[in-house]
Amino acid sequence: MLAYTTPFIGGLLIGTTAVALLFLLGRIAGIAGIVWGAISAQPDNAWRWMFIVGLVVGPVLYHLLAQVPNPQASTLPWWQAVAGGLLVGFGTKLGGGCTSGHGVCGIGRLSPRSLVATMTFMATGIVTVYVIRHLLAGYLP
Amino acid sequence: MKAIVGLLCGIVFGIGLAMSGMTDTAKVLGFLDVSGNWIPDLAFVMGGAVLVTLIAFRFVPLMKRPLLNPRFTLPTVRVIDGRLLGGAAIFGIGWGVYGYCPGPALSALSYMDSKTGMFVIAMLVGMALANKVAPG
Repeated sequence: MLAYTTPFIGGLLIGTTAVALLFLLGRIAGIAGIVWGAISAQPDNAWRWMFIVGLVVGPVLYHLLAQVPNPQASTLPWWQAVAGGLLVGFGTKLGGGCTSGHGVCGIGRLSPRSLVATMTFMATGIVTVYVIRHLLAGYLP
Repeated sequence: MKAIVGLLCGIVFGIGLAMSGMTDTAKVLGFLDVSGNWIPDLAFVMGGAVLVTLIAFRFVPLMKRPLLNPRFTLPTVRVIDGRLLGGAAIFGIGWGVYGYCPGPALSALSYMDSKTGMFVIAMLVGMALANKVAPG
């Protein structure tokens, strides 16, 4: 059980941030939405850009202070990074949220929409990994 | 002040992501690989995060207004339609293809791997494409 303490505390931190953002700014901590708001130049945008800066700074602080090494770089080919990125961007914009917006905040708000979205992306994520790792293993470049 | 709140929230969120293993594609894909060598970590991340929001989100919106803004900005769409299902389905496929969702992808930029940069640029292009095809 102890092995899962760190992920659990990480989760608590993520949830606490979502609460702080709602309490202070009245905003939902959905990263896809924050990113889209930032690049599409919404009004009152400074907090979004600073949030994104924080997202990059946070892990630097964590790995430095907790003396935990950075995770291993992915061994997957670059085209999978590009394909994955395109689909993630397209899907989160179309579906109005990602793991944080629908998964953490939406479920926290007891939104049926977000619950359905979360079950959907979990399901297709699981199927995709199954297909790539177990059905197509050896056939991909 | 709002920019400082944004920065601090982003930092704590980023620490949470790094600490929980979400910035490690091997862990994320291991979590989604239920029929293989399943890595359950991410269930605890989601559990921890949702535990906090489920409780606190009952109370925060009862305030007249958030501390630093005149009003709450909450999602108003309530329909479960093809757009929601299709979008979520496509997002999940992309998540499974490489192992990043939007937050961890941005946080992982700090590890300076060029493929993460490609993922993030492709993600922004994907968002812009979706906005062209189906604005709103």
